[in-house]
Amino acid sequence: MLRWFLGGREAQSSVERSGVLSIGEEQPRNCFTELQVLKGHFDIVRFLVQIDDFRCASAGDDGLVFVWNIETGERLQELRGHTQQITAIITFACEAAAHTGLITASSDRSVSLWDPDSGNRVQTVSDLQSSVKCLLGLERLCLWVSGGEELCVWSKDFQLRCLQQTHGDSGVTTLIELPKNHLAAAVDREIVIYRLTFSDDSDVSLTKIRCLSDHRDQIRALINVNDRLFASGSHAGELILWDAVDWNALKYQHILWEESQTGVQSESRLKALRPSEMSIQHLTTNGQLILAAVGSGLYVYDLQSQSVAAYRKAAHDSNVLHTMLLSDSELMSCSEDGSVRMWEIQDLPLPAEPASAGFFGNWTFGRSSKQSAPPSKKATDFPNTRKLELIGDLIGHSGAVQMFVGFGEDGLVTCSADHLLILWKNGERQSRLRSQALFQKLEENGGL
Amino acid sequence: MTVCGAAVSNAFPGRTTMIGSPDVVAFTKEDESSPDSSPLPEEFSVSLHPPADSNPWAKTSYAKFIKDFILISEFSEQVGPQPLLTIPDDPKVCGTFDLNYFSLRIMSVDYQASFVGHTPGSGYPRLSFVEDSRVVLGDSKEGAFAYVHHLTLYDLEARGFVRPFCMAYVTADEKKIMQQFQELSLRFSQASECLKAGNRRAFAKELQRKLQDLEYTHSVLQKEEGLQREAGPQSMYSAHAVEKANELANVEKSIYEHRDLLKQISSYHRRQRRDPYAVSCQKCVSECLSECEELLDKYAKLASPFSYSQKGLTGEGGDSGEGEEEGDKEEKPSYTPQLIKGKSAKCFDKRLKTLQELCDETFYEATVELLKETERSFRGDLCYLHIRRLDRAFRRKHKVVNFLFEEDLEDHESEDEAGRLRPFCAVNHSIDNCVQLIPPHIVLASEAVEISQPEHPGPAHVAFEASAAQELGTVESYLESSASDQTLETQESSEETKGSFSSDRSGVDQAEKQESSDPTPDQNTDMERESSSDDMETTAGEDEGENKEDQTPVSLLDVVSELEAFKEELVSEPPVPGDSTCCMAQEGFLYEASGPHAVSCRQHSELSQTLVVRREPHALLPLQGDYTVGSPSSGSPAAGLELPVEIFGDAVFQMSAEDGSDCTMSASTGSDRAASPIGFGGVATLREKKKGAQSTLRFVRQYPFSMQALWCLLSGRTLVVLGADEGRVRRLVAALTLFVPAAGKCGERVQAWLSCPFTLTDLQRWKLIGLQRVASPLGSSMLHSLSRYSRYISILDVDQKTLRCPPYRGRLLANIADHRTFIRRGSTYLLHIQSTLCRLAAKAFLLAFTHHLHVPVSSEEGPEDIEARRRGFLQEQLGLDEEDSQILLHLGRLITQQYLQPPSTVAAPAFSFNYTTSVLYKI
Repeated sequence: MLRWFLGGREAQSSVERSGVLSIGEEQPRNCFTELQVLKGHFDIVRFLVQIDDFRCASAGDDGLVFVWNIETGERLQELRGHTQQITAIITFACEAAAHTGLITASSDRSVSLWDPDSGNRVQTVSDLQSSVKCLLGLERLCLWVSGGEELCVWSKDFQLRCLQQTHGDSGVTTLIELPKNHLAAAVDREIVIYRLTFSDDSDVSLTKIRCLSDHRDQIRALINVNDRLFASGSHAGELILWDAVDWNALKYQHILWEESQTGVQSESRLKALRPSEMSIQHLTTNGQLILAAVGSGLYVYDLQSQSVAAYRKAAHDSNVLHTMLLSDSELMSCSEDGSVRMWEIQDLPLPAEPASAGFFGNWTFGRSSKQSAPPSKKATDFPNTRKLELIGDLIGHSGAVQMFVGFGEDGLVTCSADHLLILWKNGERQSRLRSQALFQKLEENGGL
Repeated sequence: MTVCGAAVSNAFPGRTTMIGSPDVVAFTKEDESSPDSSPLPEEFSVSLHPPADSNPWAKTSYAKFIKDFILISEFSEQVGPQPLLTIPDDPKVCGTFDLNYFSLRIMSVDYQASFVGHTPGSGYPRLSFVEDSRVVLGDSKEGAFAYVHHLTLYDLEARGFVRPFCMAYVTADEKKIMQQFQELSLRFSQASECLKAGNRRAFAKELQRKLQDLEYTHSVLQKEEGLQREAGPQSMYSAHAVEKANELANVEKSIYEHRDLLKQISSYHRRQRRDPYAVSCQKCVSECLSECEELLDKYAKLASPFSYSQKGLTGEGGDSGEGEEEGDKEEKPSYTPQLIKGKSAKCFDKRLKTLQELCDETFYEATVELLKETERSFRGDLCYLHIRRLDRAFRRKHKVVNFLFEEDLEDHESEDEAGRLRPFCAVNHSIDNCVQLIPPHIVLASEAVEISQPEHPGPAHVAFEASAAQELGTVESYLESSASDQTLETQESSEETKGSFSSDRSGVDQAEKQESSDPTPDQNTDMERESSSDDMETTAGEDEGENKEDQTPVSLLDVVSELEAFKEELVSEPPVPGDSTCCMAQEGFLYEASGPHAVSCRQHSELSQTLVVRREPHALLPLQGDYTVGSPSSGSPAAGLELPVEIFGDAVFQMSAEDGSDCTMSASTGSDRAASPIGFGGVATLREKKKGAQSTLRFVRQYPFSMQALWCLLSGRTLVVLGADEGRVRRLVAALTLFVPAAGKCGERVQAWLSCPFTLTDLQRWKLIGLQRVASPLGSSMLHSLSRYSRYISILDVDQKTLRCPPYRGRLLANIADHRTFIRRGSTYLLHIQSTLCRLAAKAFLLAFTHHLHVPVSSEEGPEDIEARRRGFLQEQLGLDEEDSQILLHLGRLITQQYLQPPSTVAAPAFSFNYTTSVLYKI
């Protein structure tokens, strides 16, 4: 494609080699036809959180947190205070406190509460024993939990209510809330269940209830699926569904990208699978489907049929970092290769050509059966597998796209290692909105 | 000898009836009844069979000078009329033209300078406050016509304290003056005001010195008298003593008189100006005023005790001086006071002050600059000026879309609008200090009133007054006294109290005027004049002035309401009456030479103008074919305002228009056409643009896919010009810059030469990028970025002569990017491009501001319906296909964005694109 303007061969070959999957420039279903580059950060932007319908906050390795108006692309606030990279950011809206605040944790071993309206640092704790790696807001209880080498429970006015040491080198990497005041914390290969108890004098205590150690590798992702289920994914490609109440493993899915595949993937066949190729980087769910970012591929698990709904091993050129389910059939992923891709789960056209498939270890197991796992079955055993079709991609970032946040019709914000945020919008819709604004302004001004 | 008519232009059609003769009333009434459908001037209408002598360039041939110039002359009391300087200051310009003779002619039409002396009944000599007068005169023998602007400056040493001067714009084209009268008048008024402002300062300074001298003399005389008194009573009545006493009295009188003069000059600004163009910088005025008042204070205090501290006695007092005529006295330009000798110097011995000395140096320089600028701006023939003015007027009305392709409007406005709206300030006081005035509305003369009946001076005169009246319709409430030549202030004010705004009064005035003017010897019958405010007025004292002010509120209020009404009128009817005329006029101009005689006419013109018309033979080719097509369609008066639906007719029209105007330019501006402002801000920009257009033309001829490249730029797709040779890439980028919509004032959206890999931010910022092709690792990363962002960009490879961009199949751009085009000159092509782009911008404006194309008209309409309607508009009403529509949509988007958010907002602009496949074009 690019031969005509390339003077040499070196660039061309690299381009062609990396072209795992290309949709080309004709993308009629891609509605993001307008973009706005939001500049400000001077290091990798890692986190994005949605504050409300029109604002989001970005945080990165430069220790800065910016609040953006995604309608106009304006930078509304600059939250400066952290001296080192931000490690976690959540929105926190306690029922008592009417409006949303932002809690940020940083490597400088401090945690701060910000008011995104005024840009003020409302609360801050510093000189923590270790830096906080994850945050969890328990808005119902007006508490928030920080996880790191210690697990701490804080009140909304930043009073430490409870502290629990964790063991292991890595500390708590992910936290989720479970029903009945329970918490699940991912600590290395284990999921530790804690119970929050409130004594009469409103004292809070954490009790370690259970330690789930079914994963054989480090846990990378831990999400709530619904009231009854939560899911976890490990570095080795294990996806486990857990009962949220009695914490039993319901389903163990080991995603092993099999080499005996045809089609696109065969071109990029590799001799040996490196662990990162099947590491579950990110999990997301809409209650019916679980979408896992596995290495550079995508894997969709259907909860109803308890089987894989669709998958694509080489969805990106590099590791997928973040995913999102847009609807029951559409999803989006971003990757270290700098692109965001939009996918659709499509039915296979005809059974004549059986889409061959990946090779999944699939066990329904009891606790004891783990070691004597049955041989994995071919993916053709799942006749209802559908294919994941690329319907569009967003090219803009020159570094890994770390994360994105969707604002529905209003657009999509992506953040990247190239220090930029990009606001992707539906050009037609924006154009319509602008026209409406124009006529409104005309009316206000009483003419031109 | 020919008699010239005055330019007729009428800003307030409703008010002109109050002055002038019944003839004028009839004329203006007709105007009133149908202001919009005023008949097209004969010369602008397209006749099917134009007479053979309609060649617009044929007339200028018999003048003795080669181009227009500005002449400044003075009526010296010693040697009579003499030329002072010409602008441009080049003897070649005037050629064999006799400046001395012409100075005599132009100065002799100034009747005002004849007024000298005192107002009867007043004690002190009066400064005459004379408004400028404007006269148009012609000398058919010399082939010269001139707009003559008379002004008087104050000089303490001059007779009656006044020195008459005049500035004349001399041209061979009579119509040029007639039709540019208002603008000429405005420009020269500015210059005049500037000179006068400087003159008042200089005069005040002169007075100050004089007063110092006088007081010093006074004190010396007093001292002498005191000595005499001491000497004894017997000497008190000696002849010598009496002489001394007389002298003293004369000096005292002289002091009072000078003090009064100072008072008069400081009251200058308080006078109600009758001259509509007389606008002066308020800050200058107030500075001058405060200076004067300071002086007044100073001398008021010093004067009463006569306590000038005397350093020494210098000789015995001289003879008794002529205290009355102090203008002849000697004065040294120093601050050390001089003893004033009683003897007056001979009138012809003394050296008269030069213009530079009369006006402050700064002001003089500024005036000369202003006049130079004026000369520049009036270069070119009438047709050229007319089109340029149309262009400006058009752009002024399209402020919303000007940012797209007319990035220099701002400059232009400051040059042009400021000229109209704001007083010119020699010392560059900031504009906000100046009073905003309603500019005199400049309308193209419907037809110059031409009278060539020397045997009937009366009616001719009436007609001229009429035209003057019309021209002055802008501030007609000042005008009740304008027609009275030698009417004195008292008489006038008494008439004013009657509130006579009727036309009868004007008629009376008129009659008076005729009577008074007929026997005047200096009224040449063959030289007609047009004078805007030919009244003369001597300042009444303070109380008198107040009195006058008391009497005038009616008229003042009237002005205000009138001006407001005018404003409303402007707001309420966007198409200003002059407009349709303008558009028609344009076509009239362009098609003047159309018809069967067209070619022969042109050849004729070429023969007669071989020196100036330099035109490639190719330029003739499209003209021949086009006239037959163009002429009939241009018959419709609104043709210029309509959006053409038929695209080929459009193209043809453009083509002929371009070539026609090109000829005009080459014929009119001759060798220094590059320096003539053609509707762009800076000279350099224009030259660059022309060069750019030339290389665009080359590009268009060279590359068959130029149309696609232009389409990319116009539809908002970033174009990357890739090449190894910097000069080549830069040239091409400069050429293509013309097509970048909203490229910014300094071309912010264009990057001429980039030698590092670009990022998305760059794509968002730049719409046209010149990129260096390098064969190094850096080059490969650059190519990587090219391929990565290939969906957002089109790539024009200069070295391999390829273009990669989405396919374009539209017809819209075939007009400007035809590689078989007959246009050969960059300037022609530039105009061609500009008119096409202007047309596009107008369409885009329509698209952006048509309500129902964006907003549902009923509640059940969804976005799809609106979309369908918009598509229908683009395809059916504008006749554009898919890709051409994209251009308009993009331009419309830009207009909307520009309208909504001023460019200074914090957020980065949105970058729009679409996902389409690109194809590779090769030669």
